[in-house]
Amino acid sequence: MIYLDHSSAMPVDERVAAFASPYLMQHYGNPSSLHTRGLVAKRVLEEARGKVAKLINAESPETILFTSCATESNNLAIRGTALRNNKAGMRVVSSAVEHISVINPMKELQKQGYAYDVVPVSPEGYVDLDMLAEMVTKDTVVTSVNYANDEIGTIERIRDVSRIVHEEGRYLHVNATAAAGRIPVDVQADGIDLLTLSSNDMYGPRGAAALYVRKGVKLQTLLPGGGQERGIRSGTENLFAIAGMGEAAMIAGREMGAEGRRLHEIAGAYLKDILMIEDAHLTGPATGRLPGHLSFRFGRIEGESILLNLDTAFGIQVTTGSACSSRTLEPSHVLLAIGLKHEEAHGSMIMMMGRSNTTEEVPYVVDAVRKTVERLRMITAM
Amino acid sequence: MEDVPQIGYSEKVMDHFMNPRNVGSVENPDGVGRVGNPVCGDLMEVSIKVEDGILTDVKFKTFGCGSAIATASMVTELAKGKTLDEADKITRQDVADELEGLPPRKMHCSNLAADALHKAIEDYRERHGEGKEKAEEAAAE
Repeated sequence: MIYLDHSSAMPVDERVAAFASPYLMQHYGNPSSLHTRGLVAKRVLEEARGKVAKLINAESPETILFTSCATESNNLAIRGTALRNNKAGMRVVSSAVEHISVINPMKELQKQGYAYDVVPVSPEGYVDLDMLAEMVTKDTVVTSVNYANDEIGTIERIRDVSRIVHEEGRYLHVNATAAAGRIPVDVQADGIDLLTLSSNDMYGPRGAAALYVRKGVKLQTLLPGGGQERGIRSGTENLFAIAGMGEAAMIAGREMGAEGRRLHEIAGAYLKDILMIEDAHLTGPATGRLPGHLSFRFGRIEGESILLNLDTAFGIQVTTGSACSSRTLEPSHVLLAIGLKHEEAHGSMIMMMGRSNTTEEVPYVVDAVRKTVERLRMITAM
Repeated sequence: MEDVPQIGYSEKVMDHFMNPRNVGSVENPDGVGRVGNPVCGDLMEVSIKVEDGILTDVKFKTFGCGSAIATASMVTELAKGKTLDEADKITRQDVADELEGLPPRKMHCSNLAADALHKAIEDYRERHGEGKEKAEEAAAE
């Protein structure tokens, strides 16, 4: 089996599992407890906070809040800042290629009377900076732009985005779920106010994520309770997952340079050969993509069929932005936002490589993709 | 590889997806039905050969997902050898049932397959005024 869907799920790194597993059954204390077991848990929690802070060069560990998942972090960042700071303005802005867990909180705010503007992107997925400057006004309380797009691999020009947002708007939230742990992220240098990162997108366990909140940014809690996480996100901490996330962040920070170069080489080998297939096109930018990320569209065939055929006949697992694999039966909003027609967006295939992938796999996968495309083209009615 | 179900697809759906029957276009067809729209999703084409009111050959082409391919394949299997009237009575539900069910959000695919067959029969009847008569005779026998 060849797994090329690391944007959907990743295995937990063995080193992470070994580090975190004692916090399931041995060191299971509650960080809020004052006894020894609780104090051990508290120490582990704070160590993890420090490791995550270091990964994104946050000014201090206290700027990191732990949550349960990236969706929760995105909600807390967007709705929490908008609701808390609504006297400063009732406008929110995002790019057109955000994850649904950014778009839907924005739409929730819209239902509550906020104006929601969506900034278009270029055919390669870059935020239109002129339109951003036009849409962000003095009333804009929060703007959200992803650091890197997990569907088309585009790494946004976040420093330019930050400069524009801060000329008028109040806070910049960045969803770095696809980026953190894969490419360097520096919240201070980039001028980011709030940043989402997720454990299971850096080979950590599911059930933990984090939100960086720059000092001075005020949030309304969405989960009132016992007052954990500076009173902003209550709930007993998932110590196992958080400990794992900290370790995963530390490993990713240490290894991302070499791993990024390795993945870039593998992706380069794929790119050349897959584009040799008739009517195959790269989506997203040709250079400056997330390491190990490739996305294609194939004319006249449909993405779910590609996915099923590669999986069933060849044991290769990829993903697609095709309408037929989504719940809505609408093609991916990201593919439409970069200007693809509906029928073009149907034939998408996304490959996200990870630590288990090698260049040795390339000839087998390319051959399988070619055979799959040829087989499906024999059936196509287009 | 582990034996796991594909996104709610039955084994029969996967069999028809991996080994679709009657792919292609009937040579000199007596009727062709083309439904759907590539803009909104799938596109389905069914072509038929009719002799003495019986569908002797049925073929399909489709631009669509695994479910679209499987339903089209199944429709051709169901229709082959039937009279025009019998084939015209094949419903969307028949296609889904023969495939041992489809995920609810994929039911529109069986709609398209059945619709394309019905369109092909309609096309035949428009081209051959006598076709319906013969079909009725065959059904009466």
